[in-house]
Amino acid sequence: MRKKVLSVLLCAAMATGMMAGCGDSSEPASNGGTTDDANANNDASGGSDDADDASGGSDDASGGSDASGGDVSGKKFALVTKSAGNPYNEKEAEGFEDVIKSLGGECIIKHPVAATADAQVSEIQSLISQGVDSICVAANDENALQAALEDAMAAGIKVSCLDSKTNAASRMTFANQAGTTEIGQALMDAVYDIAGGEGEWAILSATSQATNQNAWIEAMKSIMESDSKYANLNLVEVAYGDDEPQKSTDQTQALLSKYPDLKVICAPTTVGIAAAAKVLQDQSSSVKLTGLGLPSEMAAYIGDDDAHSCPYMFLWNPIDVGRLGAYISAALVDGTITGAAGETFTAAGMDNSEYTIVDAGDGGTEVILGAPFKFDPSNIGDWKDVY
Amino acid sequence: MEKKSVWKKLTSSRETSLVIVLLVLVALISVKNPSFLGMQNILEILKNNSVIMIMALGMLCVLLIGGIDISITSSLAFAGMTVGMLFKNGVIHSMLLGFLIAMAIGTVCGLVTGLIIAKGNVTPIIATMGFMYIYRGFAYLVANSQWAGADALGDFKNFALESYLGFGLVNNVLIIVLICYIVFFILLKWTKFGRNIYAVGSNAEAAEISGINVARVKISVYTIMGFLAGLCGALAVTIYASAQPNMQQGKEMDVIAACVIGGVSMNGGRGSVGGALLGALILSVIAKALPLVGIDALAQNTVKGFIIIVVIVLNVVTQRMMDKSNLERREM
Repeated sequence: MRKKVLSVLLCAAMATGMMAGCGDSSEPASNGGTTDDANANNDASGGSDDADDASGGSDDASGGSDASGGDVSGKKFALVTKSAGNPYNEKEAEGFEDVIKSLGGECIIKHPVAATADAQVSEIQSLISQGVDSICVAANDENALQAALEDAMAAGIKVSCLDSKTNAASRMTFANQAGTTEIGQALMDAVYDIAGGEGEWAILSATSQATNQNAWIEAMKSIMESDSKYANLNLVEVAYGDDEPQKSTDQTQALLSKYPDLKVICAPTTVGIAAAAKVLQDQSSSVKLTGLGLPSEMAAYIGDDDAHSCPYMFLWNPIDVGRLGAYISAALVDGTITGAAGETFTAAGMDNSEYTIVDAGDGGTEVILGAPFKFDPSNIGDWKDVY
Repeated sequence: MEKKSVWKKLTSSRETSLVIVLLVLVALISVKNPSFLGMQNILEILKNNSVIMIMALGMLCVLLIGGIDISITSSLAFAGMTVGMLFKNGVIHSMLLGFLIAMAIGTVCGLVTGLIIAKGNVTPIIATMGFMYIYRGFAYLVANSQWAGADALGDFKNFALESYLGFGLVNNVLIIVLICYIVFFILLKWTKFGRNIYAVGSNAEAAEISGINVARVKISVYTIMGFLAGLCGALAVTIYASAQPNMQQGKEMDVIAACVIGGVSMNGGRGSVGGALLGALILSVIAKALPLVGIDALAQNTVKGFIIIVVIVLNVVTQRMMDKSNLERREM
């Protein structure tokens, strides 16, 4: 813990020092306690106080550029996605690039060859040596990127996450596609609705280590326990299909034969939901499906009748996730924000602008894009060609 | 006369021991979950593993000549992704054409691999490692960061749902698997080409001296492997109604494992179609059963690896006993 606090302090000090030459590097230490008004509306837990205090020191430095919004033209903005060859990541990158170009910045998109932390570490290291001004990363592992990202922050690079976060010490803030609780609530309500309020249901997830999926599953479980409305729903199993069609198919079939009374499967992962949808639809199973899926992959399975396996599902717009990530990167670079809770920034052309940085509950901060979007038979036709 | 039948039993004991392993596995699982032996479940297992089962035939030939090919799932993805994108962009609409294109791509991939190995004298594992990256890269390039989903694939995905090849009784995919197994059984057992494969694998120099064109056999074998990978590319797309550039990544190890479990020697010259089939079946049963019998998700891979090792050790021990008893007979 001490080490973590120290590193956050160091990073903040470093960041301040770098900021447009107007930062006074001696200030953070003395300024640590003077950020109360910035954090007044922040119900931070003990852990995040440290981060807030640490970054609070740079408030003064950023104060000057706050009004103008700063100028980021000519700055280099990098995005490291989860992996190459995935349309979801591609759409994120598209949104990111659009915003950076419209702000006059230079955009560098890196798609690692494999969806592993190792591949991202080497991309981050090469970006550090290229001297970029900001790195935004969709983390493949919550903790494994820490060393590389701390190196980046030590080099004065503004580090943020989008889509999938790192631990609090490795980031300044995080563009969250939808709050964990909001997703958990939406999925839980969908399960409740489709199951008719009672019965057995199961979860088909990605890998057992997947950061996002685990957070959503935890959120669903705690929502289910906390509200007696869900008392008649019985979560029988969490299965892992490793985001592989073959294994997801095996797991779905196993769920069907193990639990003859199963009513609903909830698959909060794009590969898993498509594989499960196919199994259920091919077997004309009475089990229904919901979860998080790509409209283009799921269009053939979404429908209200018995011939379709998925009445409705959720996702957010990955283009908007990318755009939000870009606005965060730009605001970090021009000094509008430092990543502390309570700060605000504008994102031109986005629905919920202006955005406020909030406590993420893990000791760090985040910016929430909005509520997850519901895809049902009425709108799937419009979205299937978009992404 | 009685001696002869015992001898016969012993020679076939390799397959027999695998059959016993398979039966024991199935019996254990059925006790835990009686629905396992249901017709629908068996058909599901076969269909969900048909890609591995078919590619195990190609890998059998490759291993028989003492080679190895780890680029197969990459050429599978290249072929499958190409077909997927062609359907998605509306370039082709015919199912048959889709299969032909996939098989053609796979065949060319295999031919190039074979030429590099046979004519360039490159160690198979090195050459195919290179092609593993190259063909996988092609799949990503063709995909251009898109997937072809069920909606984009149109009628192509129906092939794996219908059963007109099996006269309405057996799924089309399983008929393809069956045809492949019959063809390869005949090829390896009763044709000159099949005997050449065994000859090259047992002793390449002796084969060369006796007039077999070793290079040509090698090229043919890798080309056949590529052809099957291409076919499986199209099959995987229709079975899962989805083409993704990373499809089946890592499954080449399952294919090799299926052969090794089935008693195919990594040094060449030894192995049979029946063994490859049994190996693939054992793997399929394991993959299907682990989630069914309620083994914790985190432990499933460990248990899978453990079972593979146990089966292989059992098999090696059987083989040793068999060799020993054969030798004893010779001395007498």
